[in-house]
Amino acid sequence: MARTLLNIPKTAQRGEVIEIRTLIAHKMDSGFLPDAQGQRIPRDIIQRFACRYNGEQVFSAELFAAVSANPYLVFYLVATESGMLEFEWQGDNGFTQTERVPITVT
Amino acid sequence: MHLPMRLPMNLPMKTEVPPSPVRRDLLAMGVGLAGAVFVRPVAAQSEELAAAVAAFAGGATVRPGRVKLEVAKLVDNGNVVPVSVSVESPMTAADHVTAIAIFNEKNPQRDIAKFAFGPRSGKASVSTRIRLATTQKLVAVARLSDGSFWSDSADVIVVLAACIDGEA
Repeated sequence: MARTLLNIPKTAQRGEVIEIRTLIAHKMDSGFLPDAQGQRIPRDIIQRFACRYNGEQVFSAELFAAVSANPYLVFYLVATESGMLEFEWQGDNGFTQTERVPITVT
Repeated sequence: MHLPMRLPMNLPMKTEVPPSPVRRDLLAMGVGLAGAVFVRPVAAQSEELAAAVAAFAGGATVRPGRVKLEVAKLVDNGNVVPVSVSVESPMTAADHVTAIAIFNEKNPQRDIAKFAFGPRSGKASVSTRIRLATTQKLVAVARLSDGSFWSDSADVIVVLAACIDGEA
């Protein structure tokens, strides 16, 4: 399990646009760099990110080798109802991680 | 976009002793090596960038405007370059941004990232951190729900490149 950092308001007003900041610890080996022995390090990156709000996908991203290590994403959502925000990262070598954060909308 | 190179047609041609065949071969080899191994031609890279943008737009016209690509003009460390892209849009069900893509000119791959939005995004804005192999141009393209494409570009000077061995 990679460490994640999720910065999400705990509460929001209905209809408010909230800022979501996510970071996941991942080396994002681009597949273009050699190691100390001169051998190319095979690619190991996160390819997909998705954010679901009560099961409905509201934001997604497709990442390539040009994204820095520890992919950091900032995006926005409309707070519509109380419930669960689900974040999912998928990548090379079967990497997958899901995090859930509750949100209260008043 | 490149302007056609203007050749000085009216200048008299200089008469020179033709270079020796050996020297010519060596010169040609040198040029050939430099072209093949060390650098890809600049024009080809710009074409690749244009092709990547065109592929994303699927043949539609990409107009400049509405998109704001924010990135520092001078970047110290190419391994971590903060970028943010925002699009002027009311983000309603009828009129919203559906996707934003960021492309580069001189990394090994043209794609950087692609983001998908919907009316529930509230704001067509995204920020992330990227790698840049060298001083180059970035292009952000947005697809709107009406099927139009808008773009913005930025030139970035990179001091310390994201270490990419053997790449220009």
